[in-house]
Amino acid sequence: MTRVFISRDMASVALGADALAQAFAQAGCDVVRTGSRGLFSIEPLVEVESAGERIGYGPVGVGDVENVLDGTHPNRLGNVAALPFFASQQRFTFARCGITDPLSLDDYAAHGGWAGLNAARAMTPQQVVDAVKMSGLRGRGGAGFPTGIKWQTVLDAQADEKFIVCNADEGDSGTFADRMLMEGDPYCLIEGMAIAAHAAGAGHGYIYIRSEYPFAVDIMRAAIVKAAHIIAPFTLEVRAGAGAYVCGEETALLDSIEGKRGQVRAKPPLPAIEGLFGKPTVINNVLSLAAVPFIMAQGGEAYAAVGFGRSRGTMPVQLAGNIKNGGLYEIGFGITLGELVNDIGGGTASGRPVRAVQVGGPLGAYFPPHMFHVPFDYEAFAQVGGLIGHAGVTVFDDTVDMAHMARFAMEFCAVESCGKCTPCRIGSVRGVEVIDKLMAARAPLAAAVPDALPGRLAATLYSRAPDRIDTSAKAQHDLLRDLCDTMKFGSLCALGGFTPYPVLSALEHFPEDFGAPPTSMPEAAE
Amino acid sequence: MTFTRETDHGTPPALAAGKPVTLTIDGQSIALPEGTSIMRAASLMGGSIPKLCATDNVASFGSCRLCLVEVEGRNGYPASCTTPIAEGMVVHTQTERLQKLRRGVMELYISDHPLDCLTCGANGDCELQDQAGAVGLRDVRYGYDGATNMGQAKDQSNPYFDFDPSKCIVCSRCVRACDEVQGTFALTIEGNGFSSKVSVGSNNDFISSDCVSCGACVQACPTAALIEKKVVEIGKPDRAVVTTCAYCGVGCTFRAEMRGEQLVRMVPWKDGKANHGHSCVKGRFAWGYAQHQDRILNPMIRASVDAPWREVSWDEAIAYTASEFRRIQAKYGVRSVGGITSSRCTNEETFLVQKLVRQGFGNNNVDTCARVCHSPTGYGLKTTFGTSAGTQDFDSVAQTDVILVIGANPTDAHPVFGSRMKQRLREGAKLIVVDPRRIDLVRSPHVVAEHHLALRPGTNVAVLTAMAHVVVTEGLANEAYIRARCDWDEYQDWAAFVSQAGRSPEAIEPLTGVLAADVRGAARLYATGGKAAIYYGLGVTEHSQGSSTVMAIANLAMATGNVGVEGVGVNPLRGQNNVQGACDMGSFPHEFSGYRHVSDGATRKLFEDAWGVPLDSEPGLRIPNMLDAATDGVFKGIFIQGEDILQSDPNTHHVAAGLAAMECVVVQDLFLNETANYAHVFLPGSTFLEKDGTFTNAERRIQRVRKVMAPINGHADWEIVQLVANAMGLGWNYTHPSEIMDEIAALTPTFAGVNYDALDTHGSLQWPVNAAAPEGTPTMHIDGFVRGKGKFVVTDYVPTDEKTGPRFPLLLTTGRILSHYNVGAQTRRTENVAWHPEDRLEIHPSDAENRGIKHGDWLSLRSRAGETSLRALVTDRVAPGVVYTTFHHHTQANVITTDYSDWATNCPEYKVTAVQVALSNGPSDWQEEYADQARRSRRIDVEAAE
Repeated sequence: MTRVFISRDMASVALGADALAQAFAQAGCDVVRTGSRGLFSIEPLVEVESAGERIGYGPVGVGDVENVLDGTHPNRLGNVAALPFFASQQRFTFARCGITDPLSLDDYAAHGGWAGLNAARAMTPQQVVDAVKMSGLRGRGGAGFPTGIKWQTVLDAQADEKFIVCNADEGDSGTFADRMLMEGDPYCLIEGMAIAAHAAGAGHGYIYIRSEYPFAVDIMRAAIVKAAHIIAPFTLEVRAGAGAYVCGEETALLDSIEGKRGQVRAKPPLPAIEGLFGKPTVINNVLSLAAVPFIMAQGGEAYAAVGFGRSRGTMPVQLAGNIKNGGLYEIGFGITLGELVNDIGGGTASGRPVRAVQVGGPLGAYFPPHMFHVPFDYEAFAQVGGLIGHAGVTVFDDTVDMAHMARFAMEFCAVESCGKCTPCRIGSVRGVEVIDKLMAARAPLAAAVPDALPGRLAATLYSRAPDRIDTSAKAQHDLLRDLCDTMKFGSLCALGGFTPYPVLSALEHFPEDFGAPPTSMPEAAE
Repeated sequence: MTFTRETDHGTPPALAAGKPVTLTIDGQSIALPEGTSIMRAASLMGGSIPKLCATDNVASFGSCRLCLVEVEGRNGYPASCTTPIAEGMVVHTQTERLQKLRRGVMELYISDHPLDCLTCGANGDCELQDQAGAVGLRDVRYGYDGATNMGQAKDQSNPYFDFDPSKCIVCSRCVRACDEVQGTFALTIEGNGFSSKVSVGSNNDFISSDCVSCGACVQACPTAALIEKKVVEIGKPDRAVVTTCAYCGVGCTFRAEMRGEQLVRMVPWKDGKANHGHSCVKGRFAWGYAQHQDRILNPMIRASVDAPWREVSWDEAIAYTASEFRRIQAKYGVRSVGGITSSRCTNEETFLVQKLVRQGFGNNNVDTCARVCHSPTGYGLKTTFGTSAGTQDFDSVAQTDVILVIGANPTDAHPVFGSRMKQRLREGAKLIVVDPRRIDLVRSPHVVAEHHLALRPGTNVAVLTAMAHVVVTEGLANEAYIRARCDWDEYQDWAAFVSQAGRSPEAIEPLTGVLAADVRGAARLYATGGKAAIYYGLGVTEHSQGSSTVMAIANLAMATGNVGVEGVGVNPLRGQNNVQGACDMGSFPHEFSGYRHVSDGATRKLFEDAWGVPLDSEPGLRIPNMLDAATDGVFKGIFIQGEDILQSDPNTHHVAAGLAAMECVVVQDLFLNETANYAHVFLPGSTFLEKDGTFTNAERRIQRVRKVMAPINGHADWEIVQLVANAMGLGWNYTHPSEIMDEIAALTPTFAGVNYDALDTHGSLQWPVNAAAPEGTPTMHIDGFVRGKGKFVVTDYVPTDEKTGPRFPLLLTTGRILSHYNVGAQTRRTENVAWHPEDRLEIHPSDAENRGIKHGDWLSLRSRAGETSLRALVTDRVAPGVVYTTFHHHTQANVITTDYSDWATNCPEYKVTAVQVALSNGPSDWQEEYADQARRSRRIDVEAAE
């Protein structure tokens, strides 16, 4: 019986992988459902095993079964791993993803699984923490805080109970690495968490998965049951989110697990000291924890050997938006933005010129092509007013309206704000309104400023009287910048604090989309 | 005095034990305990960092973002409220950069806030207004046309405060105060982002929510979103006077905030050592009775109780009173008259009443309402420990690991202390509740009792002795403590007694209805769970074995070493504001002030020398004995200050008969109470707002009561007593209550160091205050028991004679509810009736079903003593076989209660009455007749007054 491999990843299924798998099964094949290799332009992908080799065909449909099985299909890709998109990667974390059956313990073990946990358990907790420190691993959720130092804090904290929490509330639009790993290699995450538990002295862990990831929730739950005997005495459970983006913020996530309203906590106290249920807690992103088995199996030095500057190891970059080769690309830090977008990503899917690239999710900065030389590195991005975040890269062609994108950032913040801090709660709403005014002002027919309080009394009432509001484009530009300043430096968490990145970068690099330069701007509002 | 808000340091103090940390703020250096916030540090230095979401009675929250500061060497602008100080830290709180950020935040706030400051209730007392000024906001550039939360409907359902969501800045202070301070968790923030709003749970408005109207949210609100209706009505106060609440024995101190002679609001005082800035619905809001139209303002007399009252001058009333007592004594003998002191009045007034009796009447016929509540506490604790009072201060509960609550319902009856208790329970202390009824503490948000021993009413001694059985037989007694501090022989006798098989939890289970395993679990937890403290109330004392129960409690505490340090102890929760003080002041017929027996020659000589008359060495009559003597025709006159014995004492028919048999009943009170129906002289009393004096709370804390307005009846109560005394020729000349306290101090060793200057200096003092403890005594029995060796007393369980049977198959027990106070004379004359307009009978669903009773049905409630009627509340809060009611309204529950009383002190057995319950058509014939008679008796002859 011919063995074929078809992904069960949510993205592949969205492209028709389930029907394809059924078709191959009906054709008498032994269908192995794997994770996704991570290149969506070739999905749905089927790999046919012959003579110990896997020959890929993609994209293919249910009508292509015969041609695939007889090797005549035009989308024959040969050995998928040898495609340039894959061959050029450094897959430390995603080594098994797309290759193995995610829930097969045999597959996992056969592909190097549990080597990291076994190595860790042969060490003292301090030795494990030291190895993670040596690897240079930094928080892959976006903040880039050194993982080893966080673990050290929890290890040093005295408490009757400690927790490991995995942040799998991957809410950034254009990102999908956490989901792919959980769906494609769940034991890798479980192994990482078991290592963290050994290092920090924790007995129980939670994986907080956004509710929009039902496949990941199911697979992780199944994997936890199957791996329970291996990670024991450590125990794990999955908690599904309830649709709030802000619960991806670590302290709001902890509140949510505790059964409270997901609201950001002020720090200090750090979660490492007083985290879940007030106990010392390691809270890491999926990618941080999933990097750990490699580090323990291969050694911190092996991981640190790749990278750039203070950004060590690899980053699973997610190429999305208007891009030809969308997908997951794991590579050592240091690759330039231009290489990612043009060389790997192949430019836009529409074929039009790239105009802007947003890096780091909806709260990341927009980069114009003239900044494509910037290397993928926490510090280098910070220096040019951007951030790597969760390494989502979203590409836009020259039809994009950057004022609209700036407005979207504010709107996103307004919709997702937990409402705790003032800059985010009120500022995001005002941000949308100010950008609306700017957009209206640049249009041929400027909208009239509504007279909210008609009458003579209203006109003299305090500071909000319409005739005291300077509605000129320059004044609104200044107001928008001031608002961004308030939000960036005044917000309690990164949601309000990072929303200014897309707004300010759009203003900075694409001023023409916000109307003519303020100096030569006519008084559009009048 | 001008009006200023109390200083708010923004965040609570760090633990004083924290090691000192030195930092520099705006160029000034300061050392404070580790854990202090930058905000608090700056405030303590006299600076002020702008803030809105921070207030110093709840944990820091970090949401408003006005308090951002710069810290050298740190990135960004940390919020000073959530950032703890650190050694060597250099902080800048006022820079141009910060000014710009703060102004940016304030501009956002004001962009969604109505600008009706000039007509707003909080004008001049609004933190948002102040902070907008502080950050120098001059323009709101966002305009008027954007999204807004303004224009939402107000919630005016609460009788005392309004909620206007349009003025809410979503700082969550109200929500956090409700959670952290009050512990009710009635409020939450609903929605997210811009549409976040304060919500009262799933209910639509405050009045139908879980809100207990403690006022913590109103106090916490920085704007007019939550504001007292009185402030809206009257305006901003212009002065404030610190005084003490006249409701329960917690003794909360308040700032009476006044506008001229008008009381605007009562705001709990943060420096109050009993309440630390918290309050309940009664003290905070229910003071309207003081100005109620029912208040009697002119003295009245009448020859017979059937006649209408005649208003007379003070001179005439006083002269008549004096002449009547002298006449009666001449005719029936010196001991034919007596007096009752009031636990509602001040120490000074109480002292004067007992002095009037002892010096003026020449006998010891003085008693007080503690007779019917905590007299067994006095007896029991004096016998075992040597002092008639609780052993701890309220703050002690913060150190407690195991809290044992017996026969008390703190969240209803002592709500501010109940909240303190819940704070400690949320921190992890364990709770045992011994009560026939499932009181709120048994399970409320984030609080659950480890053990609820829902015993059958009247079996306290059996349960407590069984707990002692477990302690002794399982080797959990603290032998080293007992050997060092108690009488070892007595202990051994007691241990042998409790160890008998018949005292075991298993043996008593059929009697008490409590599972043996629960008793064992509770005993083990109490004995081994760390510092264990017992809090008890009238569910302990108001039994035929009340004194035995108090001693059983004391035994248990001594056996486990739980007396003499912070966090442990035996703590009676005193019911009334000054019941401790009334007892201290010599209100009992056998004791002078400071609990010294009248037969003690040396003490008597001290008083005889001071008062210039010989004093009676024979104890006088207790209240029930006075009434018995009256019906026997030998007791003919009584002076009753501030107590309504007809409603509050047991067996109403007997009380009425006693009063009716007297020739002169003088009632001094605010209102024509039930007792006044049998009075011949009515002397209008003054409220706590209208006089100076002191109250002593349940933790022996003596606190000042300060006059905030002139007595509208013309005289403070102490002045009235002095008028009577002088009309009887006693020649008193007190010009101020401080002089009375000086006399008390001179005559009472435990009060030796108490005077008004010392009270002003220290805020309050806990007796004993003497040379050994000039600043008072928060914890008693530290180095040893006051009596010497702690005394173990064998407490044999003797079932009450009040037994259920075929005619009276249910057991009635009684208690208080949060919104009302005792017989309701005050709270029924306030808006508190919104929560509890009538007394209801709680009955278990199975008992209700057997009788065809549905929720809300009218019931007749019958006992061997009498019958009354009230409506049903069907609930499983009470166990099958037990019914429960409050006694705040004119239900006259004491028509039902019996003459049984505590064997040692005559404290009535209110808590156990065998009853039958049946459906009825409405108020009983007796109730209607009584109401008729009361109406007749309250007639005032208007013409005569002119």
